[in-house]
Amino acid sequence: MIRDITLGQYYPGDSPVHRLDARTKIIGTLLYIIELFIVNNYWGFVIAAAALFAVIALSRVPVKFIFRGLSAVFIIIAFTFLLNLFMVDGRVLWHWKFLTITYEGLSRACFMAIRLVLLIIGSSMMTLTTKPIELTDGLEKLLKPFGLIGLPTHEIALMMTIALRFIPTLMEETDKIIKAQEARGADFESGNLLQRAKSLIPILIPLFISSFRIAQDLALAMEARCYHGGSGRTRMNEIHFGKGDVVAAILMVIFLAVIIASRFIPDLF
Amino acid sequence: MSIEVKNLTYIYNPGMPGETRALDGVSFEVHDGEILGIIGHTGSGKSTLLQHLNGLLRPTSGQVFVDGQCITDGKVRLVDIRRKVGLVFQYPEYQLFEETVAKDVAFGPRNTGLEESKIENRVRAALSLVGLDYDEIGESSPFELSGGQKRRVAIAGVLAMRPSVLILDEPTAGLDPAAHREILSMIRTIHESMGIIIIFVSHNMGDIASLSDRVIVMDKAKIAMSGTPQEVFSHDKQLAAMGLDVPPVRSIMMQIAAEIPSIQSNALTTQEAAEDIRRAIPGFEQ
Ligand SMILES: Nc1ncnc2c1ncn2[C@@H]1O[C@H](COP(=O)(O)OP(=O)(O)OP(=O)(O)O)[C@@H](O)[C@H]1O
Ligand SMILES: [Mg+2]
Repeated sequence: MIRDITLGQYYPGDSPVHRLDARTKIIGTLLYIIELFIVNNYWGFVIAAAALFAVIALSRVPVKFIFRGLSAVFIIIAFTFLLNLFMVDGRVLWHWKFLTITYEGLSRACFMAIRLVLLIIGSSMMTLTTKPIELTDGLEKLLKPFGLIGLPTHEIALMMTIALRFIPTLMEETDKIIKAQEARGADFESGNLLQRAKSLIPILIPLFISSFRIAQDLALAMEARCYHGGSGRTRMNEIHFGKGDVVAAILMVIFLAVIIASRFIPDLF
Repeated sequence: MSIEVKNLTYIYNPGMPGETRALDGVSFEVHDGEILGIIGHTGSGKSTLLQHLNGLLRPTSGQVFVDGQCITDGKVRLVDIRRKVGLVFQYPEYQLFEETVAKDVAFGPRNTGLEESKIENRVRAALSLVGLDYDEIGESSPFELSGGQKRRVAIAGVLAMRPSVLILDEPTAGLDPAAHREILSMIRTIHESMGIIIIFVSHNMGDIASLSDRVIVMDKAKIAMSGTPQEVFSHDKQLAAMGLDVPPVRSIMMQIAAEIPSIQSNALTTQEAAEDIRRAIPGFEQ
């Protein structure tokens, strides 16, 4: 189960989306997230969803793969949905004991859930189609101007790469530890909340220890290869803007205009 | 006690990128009191196979019977199977988590619902089986021990559940020669005193030859050969094609035979080799 989480994972491919410059994809994703918050009615979401599906189709990442990876995140979405559903005051739709669903609550809950789903799928499209190393290179370049005011841009980028790189490793490690403790009869699925929380200790402690071990090995390996921080480093593969990036940039601007315009059309419901 | 594996197939990530057929129609049996060695190139499916024997992985198709009972139809209680079939993973020392050695070893028996009063005895017995002294290290932290000791504590953690089958995945990986020898003699001790089935994976052909009653050779998700060590290691060319070796004693004796034709030997262990040399040289004994 835990292996199925593909958040932050890269899906190898050679589609037009994969070939885009990492900077284009980072800016595009940021813009998309901002646009999701500009949207104020369902028309906006229809347009945003259509755009997202166009990108997915173009990237040739199987839809099944994207959704399988997000199944764990959908639990969080369901939780926010319920929270919104029951917590908003307004015209009562349904009432039972202390539970009340209002018209406003329902519409707010749906609205937020759609926004979250699009947001998560949208940002996972970036990591799915960009190699972690390109992603950090792109990020480092984008952050460069902030280096002038003392932001350690290279270090931030490096931390990101390491985090992304080690998600699958730690998943694998977790999977192994869970199996090993299950082999000793550990049970993670039954019992009340407290018992379940306690049953995580045999996983968490070995996992922490492994993380420290991995971190130490990595630090040693980097030092052994004379890593000395960002200054003066050159790259084997320079990233550069191409024709595709120009097309993507134009599309992004048009999309932004469409999203802003969508605020002024009457809502779907 | 017996284990029967029938036509086992397992596919990782079916229908996804990275789909791997890790087991493909694997069938074999293990009989009471036997020691079974499993060898095979990296990625041939050995670890995947072991995880089917105590129900950690559900086969894509095929069945596993433990003591005549099918454990792959989803009807058995998994805790019972895990108690019966003890599985020690590769680098088991990375799974230690308790404050003290005694508590860590007690984790398994406690999970199987053993009464508290019996647990201490179990822990004592398990630790002494792996050659450690409860009174000496029972109260120390498992993280203070040496690598070899940690591994033995982890193995004791599985033995404390009194399994009828003990499975070890590369039990000697990454140990120095002394710790290596200790683990081997520990496996012998366990086998002699508990009389249980032992299944172990190793890349050390010498260990396989000296411990196993029978050997299974895995290659590309399938069983390529099986038989006594003598039978399996007589196919040295086929083994080499699979990226495997014969035990060092065997290859030394083959080299000697090439130089001194009067010493012909298919010995796998040093004792057998010594015996053959003695016989080949008249008047050696005196
Ligand atoms: N959790 C997993 N997810 C996907 N594929 C896996 C997983 N575990 C193993 N595999 C793949 O299944 C195949 C068999 O792996 P397995 O670990 O059983 O091999 P092994 O014989 O134990 O190798 P080794 O000697 O290196 O331990 C390999 O190709 C491996 O890449
Ligand atoms: Mg293995």
